[in-house]
Amino acid sequence: MNAEALLLSLRLAATVSILLLMLALPLAYGLAFSTWRGKFLVESVVALPLVLPPTVLGFYALIAMGPRGPLGKLWQSLFGHPLAFTFTGLVLASMLYSLPFAVQPLVASFESLDRRLLDASAVLGADRARTFARIILPLAWPGVLTALVLSFAHTLGEFGVVLMVGGNLPGVTRTVSIDIYDRVQALDYAAAHETALLLLLISFVVLSIVYGVNRRVWSPWPAK
Amino acid sequence: MVALAGEINFAMLNVQIRKQFRSNGTQPFALDVAISFAPGFTVLFGPSGSGKSTLLDCIAGLQRPDSGEIRLGEIKFFDAAGNLSLPPQRRELAYVFQSLALFPHLSVEQNIRYGLDKLPASEQSERAQNIAKTFRIGNLISRRPAELSGGEKQRVALARALVTRPRVLLLDEPLTGLDSALRRSILEDLHAWNEANRIPILYVTHNREEVDAIGERVVTLANGRVQESGAPRVVLDAPRSVELAHAAGFENVLPAVVVEHRSADGVMRVSLDRAACELEIPLGDAEPGSEVRIAIRAGDILVATEAPHFLSARNVLPGTIESVETRGTMVALRVKAGSIFHVHVTPGAVRTLDLSPGLLVWLAIKTHSCHLVR
Repeated sequence: MNAEALLLSLRLAATVSILLLMLALPLAYGLAFSTWRGKFLVESVVALPLVLPPTVLGFYALIAMGPRGPLGKLWQSLFGHPLAFTFTGLVLASMLYSLPFAVQPLVASFESLDRRLLDASAVLGADRARTFARIILPLAWPGVLTALVLSFAHTLGEFGVVLMVGGNLPGVTRTVSIDIYDRVQALDYAAAHETALLLLLISFVVLSIVYGVNRRVWSPWPAK
Repeated sequence: MVALAGEINFAMLNVQIRKQFRSNGTQPFALDVAISFAPGFTVLFGPSGSGKSTLLDCIAGLQRPDSGEIRLGEIKFFDAAGNLSLPPQRRELAYVFQSLALFPHLSVEQNIRYGLDKLPASEQSERAQNIAKTFRIGNLISRRPAELSGGEKQRVALARALVTRPRVLLLDEPLTGLDSALRRSILEDLHAWNEANRIPILYVTHNREEVDAIGERVVTLANGRVQESGAPRVVLDAPRSVELAHAAGFENVLPAVVVEHRSADGVMRVSLDRAACELEIPLGDAEPGSEVRIAIRAGDILVATEAPHFLSARNVLPGTIESVETRGTMVALRVKAGSIFHVHVTPGAVRTLDLSPGLLVWLAIKTHSCHLVR
C-alpha cells in the first residue's frame, strides 16, 4: 500500500472540506434566505459538478489554471510559480468539484429552521451576524457536520479532476485513487486491492456517521 | 405641578398602513388600517385570516407595508413616502409570537438574557433575576425550553420580551392552549407589569374570555380592515359583520329580510326563512325589503314547554327540538322553529322541563338579544 498517496489524499480532503465550509456557509446563507429572483442561476451553478463528468470540470479547471489561463496568469504574477500540477491547484479544483456536497446540506438545514426563531432574534436586537452565530449555526449543526463529512469523503475519492489538473506527481498530486489506477495499469492487483478496500471502508464509515447523526438533512433516501 | 416628562412616556403608537398580498389561487387580501394605540392594553380581535398577525409583523418591522406610516410618538418606525423603515433591531419593541419561538438550544436564563447582550453582565443578571421573579419562573432558570410545561414556556416568552424594557409590546395569542385559571394568573402578572410600565400593548386573541379579562379597549379586524373599536362589551356584544359574529361566539347567524320599520318603538320586523317566522329586532341601518343577517347568542334564548304569556320578550316562536347534546355543564339544543336555532340551557333545565328530541317548545328571544350584522 502506498502510504504517501494515502496521506496526501487525507491532507487534500481535510484542506478542501475546511476551506469549502468557509465558502459554503455564506453561499448557503444567501441561497436559503435571499428573496432574489435570480437565485436559481446560482443554484444551478452550484449543482453543476453533480451532473458534469469530472473530466469536463477538470479540463476547464486546467485551462483556467494553465500558464495562459486567467487564474494561472494571476497566480504566476502574484506568487512567481505556476498553479497547475501543484497541491494548491488541486485544492482549488477539488473545492469546485465538491461544492454542491458542502452547499446543499447547509441550505437544507438552514431552510428547515423555524423562521420565527430568526424573527425573535431580530426583534430582540440581534444583528444578522449575531443571529447567525447564536441561533442559525448551533441549530443547523447536523447540516454543518454533513457538509464537512460529505465534502471530505467526496474529495478523498475523486479521480478525474485530479488526473486532469494534478497529473501524477508522487507526494504532490498523486492521490490514492490515482495510485490505484496506476497499480491496475501495472497489473499489480494485490496492491490495488489493498488500497481500494481501505478507501471503501473509509467511505462507508464516513457515510454511516452522516446518516447515523441525521438522516433528514440531505439524504438520497426517502425519510421514514 | 411637577413635570414628569422623561420619567413617564405616554407615546401613542400610530399605524396607518396598506399592504396588498398577491393572490395565489385564493382571494386577494389587503391589509388596510389606520389605528392609534394608546398606552395600556388594546385587544385585536377578529377571525383567523383577518390580518391580525400581519399587522403585528408590520409594526415589528418583519414585514414591509406597501404604503403608509408607523410612528411611536415622534419616532418614525416606517414611512413609505420618506422611504424609511427602521429594522426590527432598532424599533426597541417586544413581540411574543403565537409559537413563542423560544430558542430551543438555550437555557431559560440564556433566552431571557438574549436581548440584553449590550448591557454589562452584572446588569444582565440583575434584570434577568427580577423579571424571572415577576413571572414566577426563578426556579426554572437553568432548564431548556423542551423541559418546560406549556404555561412555563409562555411565562418565559413574556419574560424574555419584557426584560428588554420595550417601547411597544406585541402579543400574538400568547396564552392559547392554557386552561383559564393559568391564563388568569399570567394575565394578572401582565396587568401588574403594565401598571408599572405604561406602553402600548397590542394583544391579539380570538378568545372571548381573554378579551373580557383584559378589558380596556378592543379593535375588531375582518378582511384586513378595522371594523370597530371601543369597549369590549359595546363592540363584541353587537358585532356588525358575520365573520365577527361567529368569532365573538354568536352561535346563531340567520339570514332574514327586513319587513317593516317601526321607528316610534325603535324596532323593526324581519322575516326569517321566507316568512316562516318573524322577529322583532332593534331598529338598524337596513331598508325594508333588504336582505340582512341576524346574530343571536345561544345562551340568550329562553325555552318554554308551554306557550308563555305575560312575558316581556317580544319574540316567541313555536318549534320542535331536533337534538339534545350535553357538553360539560351546558346542554346544546337544536330547535326547528322556521330556521334552526341553537339554544344553550343548563342540565337542570333539561331535567325539570324533560327536554328531549321531538318535544314541542316555545323559544323566547328579547328584542335586544337580536343583532343586525352585515
